[in-house]
Parts: sequence; C-alpha cells; structure tokens
Amino acid sequence: MGETPHRSADAGTGGTRVTQSHEWPAGASARVAEAPVTTRSPGGTGLGGGGALPRSRKFGAERAFRGLTLAAGTAVLVIIAAIAIFLVAKAVPALRANTENFWSYEGWSPNDTQPKFGIGALAFGTVLSSALALLIAVPVALGIALYLSHYAPRRLGTALGFLVDLLAAVPSVVFGLWGRDVFSSPVRDFSVWLNQHFGWIPLFGGDGPFGASVMLGALVLAIMVLPIITSLSREVFLQTPTANEEAALALGATRWEMLRTAVLPYGRPGIIAAMMLGLGRALGETIALALTLGITFGISFNLIQNGGNTIAANIANAFGEANETGRGALIASGLVLFTITLIVNITARAIIYRRREFTESAA
Amino acid sequence: MTTTVTSHRTRPPAQPDSLRAKRLPWYAAPAIAVAALALSAVVVYGTGIGGPVLVVVLGAILYLVGLFAAANVVEGRRSARNRTWSALIHSAFVLAVLPLVSVVWTLVSKGADRLDVNFFQTSMNNIGARDANGGAYHAIVGTLEQVGIATLITVPLGVLCAIYIVEYGRGKFAFAIRFFVDVMTGIPSIVSGLFVLAFWVLIVSPWFNDGRPSFSGFAAALALSVLMLPTIVRSTEEMLRLVPAPLREGAYALGVPKWKTILRVVLPTALPGIVTGVMLAIARAAGETAPVLLVAGGGAAINTNPFENNQSSLSLFVYQQAGDASKYAPARAWTAALTLVALVLILTIAAKLLARRNRLSR
Repeated sequence: MGETPHRSADAGTGGTRVTQSHEWPAGASARVAEAPVTTRSPGGTGLGGGGALPRSRKFGAERAFRGLTLAAGTAVLVIIAAIAIFLVAKAVPALRANTENFWSYEGWSPNDTQPKFGIGALAFGTVLSSALALLIAVPVALGIALYLSHYAPRRLGTALGFLVDLLAAVPSVVFGLWGRDVFSSPVRDFSVWLNQHFGWIPLFGGDGPFGASVMLGALVLAIMVLPIITSLSREVFLQTPTANEEAALALGATRWEMLRTAVLPYGRPGIIAAMMLGLGRALGETIALALTLGITFGISFNLIQNGGNTIAANIANAFGEANETGRGALIASGLVLFTITLIVNITARAIIYRRREFTESAA
Repeated sequence: MTTTVTSHRTRPPAQPDSLRAKRLPWYAAPAIAVAALALSAVVVYGTGIGGPVLVVVLGAILYLVGLFAAANVVEGRRSARNRTWSALIHSAFVLAVLPLVSVVWTLVSKGADRLDVNFFQTSMNNIGARDANGGAYHAIVGTLEQVGIATLITVPLGVLCAIYIVEYGRGKFAFAIRFFVDVMTGIPSIVSGLFVLAFWVLIVSPWFNDGRPSFSGFAAALALSVLMLPTIVRSTEEMLRLVPAPLREGAYALGVPKWKTILRVVLPTALPGIVTGVMLAIARAAGETAPVLLVAGGGAAINTNPFENNQSSLSLFVYQQAGDASKYAPARAWTAALTLVALVLILTIAAKLLARRNRLSR
C-alpha cells in the first residue's frame, strides 16, 4: 500500500521529491506560456511568418481563474483567523462575568448567578492524559511500524499495514464506547491490583472506586492514536534508501544495528511528525474521553481512582445544560485548547520544515 | 591459484568458530519461554500476588531477560541485543493487536443484536425508556446530508486552493498558505464545532430565525467542512504535483491558456487521486461526533431539512444512546456504531482500491 496518497498527512517523510518543488509551482519551466496566447485568432496584419502575437487581454479568463484560486487559498488563512476572532469574541463576555480566577480556580459552575470557572484542572487533565497516552503509544507504535516494515514477510506486512490504516479511520466514538463497556472492567481489575500492591506510590494510591480513571482514558487514547503513529512511521521506515540498509548489513551489522544506524536516524523527522500529529489528536480528543473518564474537577496525579477530565471532554459534557455565560465559558476553554494545539502543531511543522530545508540543501 | 584452492580444500577447517559465530540452537528460544513461564507461575502463585495475566506478563519479562543472558553467553553481546530487540518488536505487535481485535470483535458481536430492518426504518421519535425498538433512520439521514453538504462546500474550495498552491502561488504568501493548511490539519474537531457555534449558530442563524439561535444540520456541515478542507487540499496538492510536466508543456505548446490547461489536462489526470483524498476526508468527517453535538443539537425525530431545527447524525446517535439510561440503549448504540464503522470502512477501502488503480502512483 505504498501507493496510497495519504502521505499528505505527514509532511516529514524526509523525501526530497515532494519538497523540491515547494518553492516553484509545478510546470514552472513552462511559465513562458502563462499568458493566454490565442494563436488561432488571425493576427490581423498578415505579415508573412513571424507576426507579433496578440497581447493578452487585461481581464481574461486567465485572470479570473487565477483570482478564484487565490481567493480559495486566502480562505484558509481567513478561516484560521476567523476561528480565533469568533472564539475570542464569544469568550470575553463570559470571562468578564467570571468571579474567580480563570487560570487557577478548580471547578466549573459558569451557569450560576455568580459564575465560577477555571481552566487549570482541565488543562492539567488534558496534558496529563495526552502525555500518558503518547508515552504508552509511541514505543508500541514504533515497534509495530518496524515489525511491519522490516520483520514481517512482505505480503503480510502490506496486508497488516492496510489493516492499520483502516483502524486509523475508526471513529473515536466507537473507541469510547468500547472503552466504557468492555475495556473498563480489565482496567478496574488491574487498578485494584496496582492499588493493593503498589498503593504506597501516590500515583496508584487512594481507596477507590477505581475504573473510570485517567488510566482508562489514557489507555483508550493510546489505542486510538496507535494506528495513526504506526501508519505514518511505517511509511517513513519503508522509504529508507535500500542502499543505506544494505551498506549497514554489509559492514556486519545485525538487524537491530541496521535499524538503529540506518533506518531510525533516517526516519527521525518523520517519527517526530507522527508523534506530534498523535499528540494533536490526543489533545483534541473529545468523545472517547467524555465516555471513559469519571468527571471530576481537581488537580491530582492519581491515575487509578475515578476522575480526570479534559478541556474537550468537559465541553461535550457541560454543553447540554449551558446557558449564555456557560457557553461563553466553554468557548473560552476551547480557545485555550485551540491555542495549545496551535502551538504544538506550529512547533511540529516548523521542526519538519526546517529539517526539510536542511536535508534539501545537503542533498 | 588452483593450488591454493586445492590445498584449502584438502585441509580440514582449522578454526571454524572464527569464521562462523556460534548460534543458539533452534530450540533455545522456546525452551527459555517455557522455563520463564514456569518460573513466573511458581513465583506468582507461590507468593499469591496475582492471577494468570500476571503470570504471562512476568513470564514475558523473564523470557526477555533469559534470552538476553543465554545469547550473551553463547553468541555475544551484539547478537544478544539483536535478539532482545527483535523479541520486543514482535511483542509490541502482539500487544497492540489484542485491544484492536477486541474492538472489532465487540463491535460485530454486540452490534449484531439490533441489526434488523426495523433499525434502519424507524427513528427514535416517541421511543421511551421501555421500548425495545427504535432505530437510526433519522441519524443516517442526518449523516448523509451533513457530510454531503460539507463535501459540496469543501471540494471546490479545497481543489482551487490546491491549484493555487501548486500552479500559481509562489513566494512567502503561498508558503504561508501551505504552512497553515498543515497547521489546520491539527485543529481539534471540538474547536471547529465551537467556532461554528460562535459564528453561525449564535451570530448568523438568529437573522434567519426571528432572533433566536438555531441548531441545524447545515451548521454541522460547516463544522465538518473546516475539518475536511485541509485533508482535501493536502491530498489534491500532492496529486497535482505528480502530474508530469510534459503534459502541461504539451498543452502550452499548442497554445492552450494556462487555466484551460489546468482544467482540461492537469485536473483530469490527477482526478483518481483527488477522488481518493476526498473519500478519505468524507470517511473522517462522517465519524466526527463533537462538532455535530455542539451545532446540530441532535434530535429524536426525522428531520430531512438541513437548514432548520435539530438534526442528529450516526456518531452523535451512538454517543447519545451510550449516555441513555434505558436498558435497550446499549444495543442500539452498538448497532449504530457498527453501521457507522461499516460506512466509514467501505469509503476508506474504496478509496484505497481506487488509489491502487491510479496511474500517477509513485
């Protein structure tokens, strides 16, 4: 399935083929012909042979079409700006009405006559669950990607890679439902076991009830981002130049040494991109966490007791009974989430783009 | 030369060990595995700290340690590392397959309960907590309409944007657009829902609706468009770049203007790839719950008008049934989930098969 065009999602494949052209539009070599040249119209003068070509009209179809595409391109920038503007516009009145500190108050009751709400606990929960999910998912995903690209027989690898791509398309609400109905009971057993034997570690302390915890949420998140990270990094690993791999093997490297010296360094930007995309998805994940976390407001590192909350899950849960200020407060929290994901994404893209230019100039 | 060869042949190999490294016998790995499991069972049941799951987990760890130790003694350090990493990579695969298989299995086994004709012909209107029937017709209608409108909005916009990036744009501005399309792929779906809530539902829709904000399927379509746009732009862009330059140059040489070249030569050549990208974007959008929850509101009755009143969607139906207290709700949720996954997977598989037939494969 190397030919599927979803490489669009990762920009960091490190390949030079796509990247060479981002300075110049394709077909730039033929820019001479850009002006609409209507050779068929009789040039009028009837000079034998090299009559002057007619001048391009000022407002031709060419200009209209170019303007249309320019407008579509600008629309992207407009949409991103509009997202920020409208969120701010709706968030500010609610933030004005807030009677507590938005950053530090642990609780969410914006619908009261004295609205009180704070983002601290939610932002903490978002970062904690995403970080845990990534911590679990990345090593496993890289392992699967290496297995599919370098260990499994070629046909099996292709078939399983196809399967992984399909799993990446499974909607999050399905994972949420599965996490709540099926996965929660083994996680509860595990939590009880951890609490029994490792209760002295604050992470696993507490005295129940267990189950709908940060751990369940993070595990479900990990399972969800697993196919994404796997599929992207598998593609990157498959793109390693065969010459590099064979050179490593010819120097007597074992298979693992070959992977470590030839494949992993080559794929590093792609791996970072895949991780960042996984992180972006984990940060913004809503429904799966709304279904699996036991919603509480508070900052706690306890992983196994019922509790945990994230910005996105809180929006989904609290939206139903929100009034005017409540909606504004949720929009304000969404603005914080938007900012966090924007920073993560811009950082990731900047890393990839810089790296890309570097490899390009080196090549 | 011949003499050296013959002499080499006649002489028995003096130091075969230096030429061929010692290897663990083939039965070493299974033997270590059995020993590790046995040891772990003894430890776990002896101290009474857990059940069979712990035996397997501890056994796996002991196996890794034992394998490393044995290989280290017989084959040397590098080979031992190689074996350990290989075992780790294989176990990562097994570890990940388990939950994913469980998801698929649950989906099929639980989803089959309510997979009947009634489910696809009725809505949830007037279905109380004690009614076992009720279906997802209204949700399917909602999903199709919302995704359809979103596709109608996004495809022209996305394709034109990609054309600008590939064919016309250059310099900083085009680079900025490219960059922000990339950034836009990472916008969480809930944020796009909040954006449409703030922009369309709370500010624009009161104009049409006597000053009261109104949920609608169209608002959901707008939110889905925000999510689909970057996917479509990126995939179209990649496909346009793959169109061979000689095709364009041939058209230019015949005196065809650039816009006509793009519409008549470049786009048709890239069409299968563009369609693939669009289908993948549709599949992604169909599974989104959060934006629909925020701006379409959901509803129990059939509403075929996407511009007025609440509308549901399949994914939102799953979410709402999952939160429903009725004892029949989980079965409905799972069947709707199965339907949703089937829809998404059919789209995805069709898109991938189409991609295989694409002439512009790399």
